[in-house]
Amino acid sequence: MARFIVRRLLVAIPVLLGLSVILFLFLRLLPGSGPAVAILGQHATPQLIAQITAVEGLDKPLYVQYFDYLGRLLHGDFGASFIDGREVAATFLVRFPATVELTIGAMIFAVGLGIPLGRLAARHPDSWIDGVVTVISLFGISIPVFVLGYTLAFIFGVELHWLPTFGQLDPRLPINPVTHFAIIDAILAGHWYVIDAVSHLILPSIALGTIPLAVFTRITRASVIDVSNEDYVRTARAKGLTERRVNSRHIMRNAWLPVTTVIGLETGALLAGAVLTETVFTWNGVGSWVVSSIENHDYIVVQSLILIFATIFLTVNLIVDVGYAFLNPRIRYG
Amino acid sequence: MATSAVVTIAPTARVSRGLWHDALRRLVRNRPAIVGMVCIAIFVFGAILAPVIAPYPPNLPGQLGNAMHGPSLAHLMGTDTQGNDEFSRVLYGARISLSVGVVAVVFGLIGGTTVGAIAGGAGGIVDGFLMRVVDVLLAVPGILLAIGIVAWLGHGEIQIMLAVGISYSPIFARLLRGSLLALRESDFVIAARSMGASPARILLRHMLPNALTPLIVQATLAAATAIIDVAGLGFLGLGPGDPRIAEWGEMLTDASKFLQSAPWLIFFPGAAIVISAVGFNLLGDGLREALDPRLKR
Repeated sequence: MARFIVRRLLVAIPVLLGLSVILFLFLRLLPGSGPAVAILGQHATPQLIAQITAVEGLDKPLYVQYFDYLGRLLHGDFGASFIDGREVAATFLVRFPATVELTIGAMIFAVGLGIPLGRLAARHPDSWIDGVVTVISLFGISIPVFVLGYTLAFIFGVELHWLPTFGQLDPRLPINPVTHFAIIDAILAGHWYVIDAVSHLILPSIALGTIPLAVFTRITRASVIDVSNEDYVRTARAKGLTERRVNSRHIMRNAWLPVTTVIGLETGALLAGAVLTETVFTWNGVGSWVVSSIENHDYIVVQSLILIFATIFLTVNLIVDVGYAFLNPRIRYG
Repeated sequence: MATSAVVTIAPTARVSRGLWHDALRRLVRNRPAIVGMVCIAIFVFGAILAPVIAPYPPNLPGQLGNAMHGPSLAHLMGTDTQGNDEFSRVLYGARISLSVGVVAVVFGLIGGTTVGAIAGGAGGIVDGFLMRVVDVLLAVPGILLAIGIVAWLGHGEIQIMLAVGISYSPIFARLLRGSLLALRESDFVIAARSMGASPARILLRHMLPNALTPLIVQATLAAATAIIDVAGLGFLGLGPGDPRIAEWGEMLTDASKFLQSAPWLIFFPGAAIVISAVGFNLLGDGLREALDPRLKR
């Protein structure tokens, strides 16, 4: 197992190094007169040009600049925004919890509904139930996050007044941002404020979770049908086991394997989808920060955030691969 | 494609006509696929015939007095924040949104298959290097890569096509390379090699045609996501960059500020995106079943 993890880690390192080279060049090769002016764009003042030339070492040879950049990255220094002057790493730590909360909320919605729907459809293949589930998953992969987001906000916020449609907490509540996880902070503040935090999370989670919901439904359905046709399932039934036991011990245990892989892959899609969802619901996470940084031409932040997103994505995939190998011994020794 | 090995005696032209002919027959018998083609056809015709069908030009200046009227007989989908007819803008928007989405996939296909063919054909160090590049691109999740590329290239339709195309190319590269690697050891390729065919001829004449079907399916499904991604870029303000051009994503950005007073401005462009994406998804699934009947759902 340890060897498997090490091998997978060794694959991730060159990928991240390659990406750091591309992102490094991205900043150096921006169209404009000289890198400092191009990076700063409309914000270029003589003072800022001098500052950024010094910090990024823009007057040194390219390879020296790259190794300086890499050295800073390895020390956790992702540079600073030249708009508000704040360290990328510091702002990231404040904003990332919101994105994690949103991603977990979306995952709970997608897994919690998608897997039962997929199992339901698989139990009655080619019936009307299967048809309805297929249509739901077809729309799930065809509707853009922002269209669904605004539709939900209109129905449940504007028309029905059931749920809040922006932010993570009612700003009037006296809640101190301790952990920056809105739900945890609300629990710490007491007074059942946590209900407010959860109600803010519902619509964004549904909007973000719908694509993965559709994907999980399809995969679960296909996987359960696949396993149900295996000889050992027929044997289990022939032995006279109850349908329940056949389902839990023989079908689902094997049907889980492809589903876990896809859950890992969808985490990346969730991170990217968060960019759009956070914009729709004015959610103060990393996704809306990417958008505002691009609008402000704050390229150092954009560069660092893409690298951070990729690192998270690779890490999640590594965890999923290890989990998968743990569940499936054929992979471990393959 | 296992049949190819068996029927090598028959003239290749007849065999391949048979495959495509059978696939087409299965496709037109597939009801969801027909629904998909109808969905796509509606927007393709709407886009081509927009100047004829649209009751108003998509952007008339000085219409503010007309702004944000609800749907009526005069304006089937109401009017937008600038007082322009929403129905006309959805029609003209189909031109940008569909063509940019589809061309982006074509760019992705060209780039991806070139890389995949070189990697799968050459093998060795070349393959190793190209696949690491593909891994790097795949490490940046989803639309984020396209966002980064547009931020770098700047606004414009071509830039969006390139950005979305580049972000899709690694998938095509991997897919083609995988098929080629599997085909390399197949009997008919070994036979061609033993008859002294050049590597380029083996790749182009024997391996590529047999690796085509998964690419066609994947490209059709990618068109659905590309339309959604292009609209997403427009929604984030990274669209064509010209407010006079009607583009579904940008139309939604404008509309989002008036969710309370003019919800139809979200509904109609949103529905246009969903219906065209549903169309390509249904067609893609239908093609998958038609081209490889063994993989029924």
